[in-house]
Amino acid sequence: MFDNFPLWPQRASSTAGNVDALFIFLVIVSGLMTLLIFTAVVYFAARFRHRKGVLAEQIEGSVPLELTWSIIPLGVFMVIFAWGAVVYFHSRTPPRDATEVYVVGKQWMWKLEHAEGQREINELHVPVGRDVKLIMTSQDVIHSFFVPAFRMKQDVVPGRYTVAWFRATKSGTYHLFCSQYCGTQHSGMIGSIIVMEPAQYEAWMSGGTTGPLSATGEKIFSELGCVTCHRMDSQGRGPSLQGVFGKPVALEDGRTVTADENYIRECILDPGARRVKGFQPIMPTFQGLVTDEQVNALVAYVKALSPPGTAGTATKTAAAAATPGQGNQVQ
Amino acid sequence: MSMATSTGQPVERENYLNKHYGVGSWLLTTDHKRIALLYLISITFFFFIGGFFALLIRLELLTPASDLVQADTYNKLFTMHGQVMVFFFLIPSIPAVLGNFLVPMMIGAKDLAFPRINLLSWYLYIIGGLMMLHCMLTGGVDTGWTFYTPFSTAFSNTKVIEAGLAIFVAGFSSILTGLNFIVTIHRMRAPGMTWTRLPLFIWAHYATSIIQVLGTPVVAITLVLVVAERALHLGIFDPKLGGDPLLFQHLFWFYSHPAVYIMILPSMGVVTEIIACFSRKRIFGYSFVALSSIAIAVFGFLVWAHHMFVAGISVYAALVFSILSYAVAVPSAVKVFNWTATLYKGSVHYDAPMLYAFGFLGLFTIGGLTGLFLACLGVDMHVHDTYFVIAHFHYIMVGGALMGYLGGMHFWWPKISGKLYPEGWARLAALIVFIGFNLTFFPQFLLGYLGMPRRYADYSHMPEFQILNVFSTAGSTVLGVGYLLPMIYFLWSMRYGKPAPDNPWNAAGLEWKTQSPPTTFNFEEEPVVTWEAYNYEEIDAPHPQEVPVAR
Repeated sequence: MFDNFPLWPQRASSTAGNVDALFIFLVIVSGLMTLLIFTAVVYFAARFRHRKGVLAEQIEGSVPLELTWSIIPLGVFMVIFAWGAVVYFHSRTPPRDATEVYVVGKQWMWKLEHAEGQREINELHVPVGRDVKLIMTSQDVIHSFFVPAFRMKQDVVPGRYTVAWFRATKSGTYHLFCSQYCGTQHSGMIGSIIVMEPAQYEAWMSGGTTGPLSATGEKIFSELGCVTCHRMDSQGRGPSLQGVFGKPVALEDGRTVTADENYIRECILDPGARRVKGFQPIMPTFQGLVTDEQVNALVAYVKALSPPGTAGTATKTAAAAATPGQGNQVQ
Repeated sequence: MSMATSTGQPVERENYLNKHYGVGSWLLTTDHKRIALLYLISITFFFFIGGFFALLIRLELLTPASDLVQADTYNKLFTMHGQVMVFFFLIPSIPAVLGNFLVPMMIGAKDLAFPRINLLSWYLYIIGGLMMLHCMLTGGVDTGWTFYTPFSTAFSNTKVIEAGLAIFVAGFSSILTGLNFIVTIHRMRAPGMTWTRLPLFIWAHYATSIIQVLGTPVVAITLVLVVAERALHLGIFDPKLGGDPLLFQHLFWFYSHPAVYIMILPSMGVVTEIIACFSRKRIFGYSFVALSSIAIAVFGFLVWAHHMFVAGISVYAALVFSILSYAVAVPSAVKVFNWTATLYKGSVHYDAPMLYAFGFLGLFTIGGLTGLFLACLGVDMHVHDTYFVIAHFHYIMVGGALMGYLGGMHFWWPKISGKLYPEGWARLAALIVFIGFNLTFFPQFLLGYLGMPRRYADYSHMPEFQILNVFSTAGSTVLGVGYLLPMIYFLWSMRYGKPAPDNPWNAAGLEWKTQSPPTTFNFEEEPVVTWEAYNYEEIDAPHPQEVPVAR
């Protein structure tokens, strides 16, 4: 029976240890505070219990004491805040060379698509030791991608991308939960993260695939006729997409945005919203004409037009962990 | 201190209960005390409905499979448990019952500033309550009490509009009560009742009223927008219509976080009165306790997005809301330290109200400290939307707020009913509630860190969560008994209880200087206050000098 009674969740990602250390620190701090308060209450209540003929001693209060028990807790709180902020910041900043997986949540299943082309439902196979970045959106309501063993959770919101990342450290099968209530079968919107040794993973990857996601995107790009305006030679009626991803883009209204996943997605579904400087508002919206998976493929294709190593997307994992990253990408 | 025995006063003095009889004299009353009793009956009714839903939830979770009720039914149960408990029990609980009864008496007034508006607020509550009942009986709603969009506006096929409008109407009841208290506290204080002589119960209600008046309209507007999007397809929150789903969360929590302080501040006020009385002492650091109530009310409005750390807000927004959440924790800590210090060198009695106050201290401390975990960004991304959150807010809103409410009901019951309740049963009930509560909710902290998400009807793929859920369900039955007992012996005491003297606890405060139960206008003559709050030194002095008496 007690095999089935764990008191601590499995720990299988590079973040999990950091979160656990912080959690244990908090348990100790709050345990000490609880002990202090309970001891004081119990001791005072017993020591100063009512006795016939003994009157309470009236005490007005004490400003130094009030300041002490305001400032010391505040100091402790600030330590907790700062530590929590560091852990959070790290887990919200995907390394730049991470393997990408596109996630689409819908009532009540997870659809996952590797950049290499493998598609999965309610299961995600990943290798040990590799950074995996999840680029997630929802087809209907808000869901949340929660892997307790990775101490990782990110809401998956319709109409935009949210991003999360992890690096698995131990092979095994781990729970994937939807943690944002999403309707009737919310508790059935669960799956598994299957972490494999790299060799096994390569074997799994070599299974049937339709080719990389960006190739699918390229096909859609020409089928939808995008290519007639977005030509490679900058002579088209739309901006060339060569080398655009990850770079700043000047807009017609004078602002500048970074061409991240959310911006590319918006340009496809709502082209007028943030139009590139120097181009006419002639692009039709593709809202309703393409599925979320097709948008993902198109985004992957646009990204592939800006190979890593070109200016602006240089891989700096260490720096990425310490800096906020790019615009909307780090939400 | 044991309850004084009957003082041999005539049994049938004229008071607010026996002055008029008949249904009309209750339904058309403008007496704040009678309105308080109307509220008491109505919120108790809703408490037992919400509690019934809670027991069904716990029974379903006894086994991993969804076998007692279907998933849809389960989703409706936790939704309506939340909506009934938050909007129809906890928010009105202390302010509308004890606040209504005591605010005028504590400041030496005949009634609230607007007695008819006070009655109107009860009728609004009843209209909202009937709408909610109708909604529940004709199919219910399954959005979660949080109404998150676009699920609530575009996907749920339950009675979202009706539930939203019910809460909208009940919200005005809350706004009017808050407005009434603010005006009353400003304008109706008896001569000599300066701001620094006010009981801290009044300060707590003043702070609560500020939140009710400033916060409730925002949730009302938000619910109207939900109804507009659902009924008229205006694009506000649904991205398919050009809206922003996170906008809803910002608006909703802008009210619903401060709403937690609507529930807990009055409870803190009650506990302050009880601790002072049963320690026979002035409250340690009066002005710090008073100002911390105001600080909680103000800072409480600046922390709403700590419910959204993993919702898709920017990292920088998360940092700001995390640090502000720690700022609001300081005044709460200050209160706990001051209550503890009040016991020091006191003369501590262990009557039932004090046991509830001790229970409050214990549960609120645990609830408050686990709030530090959730405000901490690095931990929240793991425990958010798990049972850790459920445990935390039940420690605050049930452990804290409800313990305070029950403590207050015991403390002032002799004044309200004119009868004494059976002390032994009351102490037993306090103990049962405390044990049952911890047994129910402590295992949920562990479940949360293990990763069990909230709002799961079925956990058959995660059998490792069962044992802790069994503890929790077992605890909930104990807790149920603990909550049922006071209702039984309070009702019993109304018929069989000994008559209460005017001041059974020898407590300070103007409400004890009038008869039990009070007359319709509370005081025969307007009291003149010449003493500080909590003047227990004078009250307990062996040879009292000229102790000022109100009448």
